[in-house]
Amino acid sequence: MSTSTTVQADDQKPVLGFWIYLMTDCVLFASLFATYAVLFRNTSGGPSGYQLFSLKNALTETLVLLTSSFTCGLAMLAAHKGKKRQTMAWFIVTFVLGVTFLILELTEFHHFIQMGDSWRRSGFLSAFFTLVGTHGLHITVGLFWMLVMLWRLARTGLGKATIRRLTMLSMFWHFLDIVWIFIFTIVYLRGMIAP
Amino acid sequence: MNKSNHTHIVVGHHDNSTRGTLATYVIGYIFSIYLTITAYLLVENHLLSHTPLFLFILALAFVQFIVQVFFFLHLGRETRPRWKLAVFFGMVTIVFILVAGSLWIMTTLNYRMSTKQMENYVESQARQGI
Repeated sequence: MSTSTTVQADDQKPVLGFWIYLMTDCVLFASLFATYAVLFRNTSGGPSGYQLFSLKNALTETLVLLTSSFTCGLAMLAAHKGKKRQTMAWFIVTFVLGVTFLILELTEFHHFIQMGDSWRRSGFLSAFFTLVGTHGLHITVGLFWMLVMLWRLARTGLGKATIRRLTMLSMFWHFLDIVWIFIFTIVYLRGMIAP
Repeated sequence: MNKSNHTHIVVGHHDNSTRGTLATYVIGYIFSIYLTITAYLLVENHLLSHTPLFLFILALAFVQFIVQVFFFLHLGRETRPRWKLAVFFGMVTIVFILVAGSLWIMTTLNYRMSTKQMENYVESQARQGI
């Protein structure tokens, strides 16, 4: 009895630890959001979000990332049922959607920089690139992690340790989609409300 | 008897804290899409004036935040002790202080640092020989 309890408790410890990491990451993003909210009017004669953003592009990014969060959940359902192939398939779908999101974001960044509107242009653009870039960096890390887990899945299958790691990866991915809700609202939608 | 009962409870705990069901993911996904599209259409068509529109889409974002935290991250499905929930509320408190505090200070900077106040301050420092 006690052995079983201990095993389960130990199994949950890393997941709780990872949850605490995610919550502290929220604080990082909160400080970047606060910075953006303070600086977004300081365009220094450069373009504002109203002139710069494409709301259709931002909506596409949002829906792609949201769908990837959903397919990541489906992958976890398959993992808990012990269906290795199905788990891998859903994670590959999630990975492709994640890469699509990153390409859309980098294309947007590239477009801005080519027009001369890089992070050097104004306080608004510095805050914009820092906030959205930090999120993009997290996505990149998540994608690498997903590749490693796919490789591990292919080699070892759905052991207990693998499921625990996949659980943490899925928490990370859902967390990034949650942060994006606020980027979409506070950066893109807010930017398009008023010039 | 007692032993098997206890084991069952422990396994149940494991289930609750880490797993969702197809229903929770589908409901969360549909809700999120609905909230996203609503916010997008409101802004695209400028259906409200500036401030109410911003407050409304901010409220929609918070609803979506709650939806995804509960339906995707399964917060609140763990049994006691609810550590995840405790850490979550700690985070919400810190984030609130950080964001609201920063905005409060920075938006009232003009008031706090008016020219008159600055002059008084400089004069008082000069009087002290600094």
